Amino acid sequence: MSELLNFHFVVDGTNFTAAGNASGQLKKNLRQLNLAPETIRRASIAMYEGEINMVIHAGGGEADVNITEKEIEIILTDNGPGISDISKAMQEGYSTAPENIRSLGFGAGMGLPNMKRYSDQMTIESELGKGTKITMKINI
Amino acid sequence: MTVGEFAKQNPLNVLCMPEAEREITGCYIGDLLSWVMGNAREGDAWVTIMSNTNIVAVATLTNVSCIILAENVTLDEQALNTAKENGVNVLSSNLSAFNIALLLKDTVV
Repeated sequence: MSELLNFHFVVDGTNFTAAGNASGQLKKNLRQLNLAPETIRRASIAMYEGEINMVIHAGGGEADVNITEKEIEIILTDNGPGISDISKAMQEGYSTAPENIRSLGFGAGMGLPNMKRYSDQMTIESELGKGTKITMKINI
Repeated sequence: MTVGEFAKQNPLNVLCMPEAEREITGCYIGDLLSWVMGNAREGDAWVTIMSNTNIVAVATLTNVSCIILAENVTLDEQALNTAKENGVNVLSSNLSAFNIALLLKDTVV
């Protein structure tokens, strides 16, 4: 399968209002490719949740998006604290987000569950003290 | 019914309406942004009391037809500019989310 397009985004960990820039840009890029609206919606939301997670927990990170004829692959990489219990983190409603983040409407414990829900395949690699890498694939 | 028609026929303030022709096809009420992203459908009018810039990103990504801010909540200028740039309609009202939903009831059913 040949890679058709790649995008690289840097997610600024210090600016909460800028969270969404990468997913917004991805949405525009995907629109230009004339993909189905629901595919674009799923990929953009999954990406946004990932962005928010990196801002809340990891001080930012990077996102790479590879698009082929068959799928959109989103790879999120950060150098944050890592996830100590992935199965717990995957539970709806479980959150370690601080109070100030919750007051903004985040930290409902739906980020990772939404990412899984909107992707066809998701893998999490995480090491405490080193960081987290999440790979999501969305079929086209 | 379009967002423009709905705003005209009901006691709502228009904060910005760059896409008045968007059709309202449903209603979703919620303030937890990830919850909204998991459950709001494209075309929904999203009723919320959350008012930071991130709601504009959520509205863009979920492709809701408009944001309706309940109970006199307002949006700051920066967020409003972001909404205009991204084609997000934002209305506001002094009504509660429940009463806004009642206005929408006959529109979307």
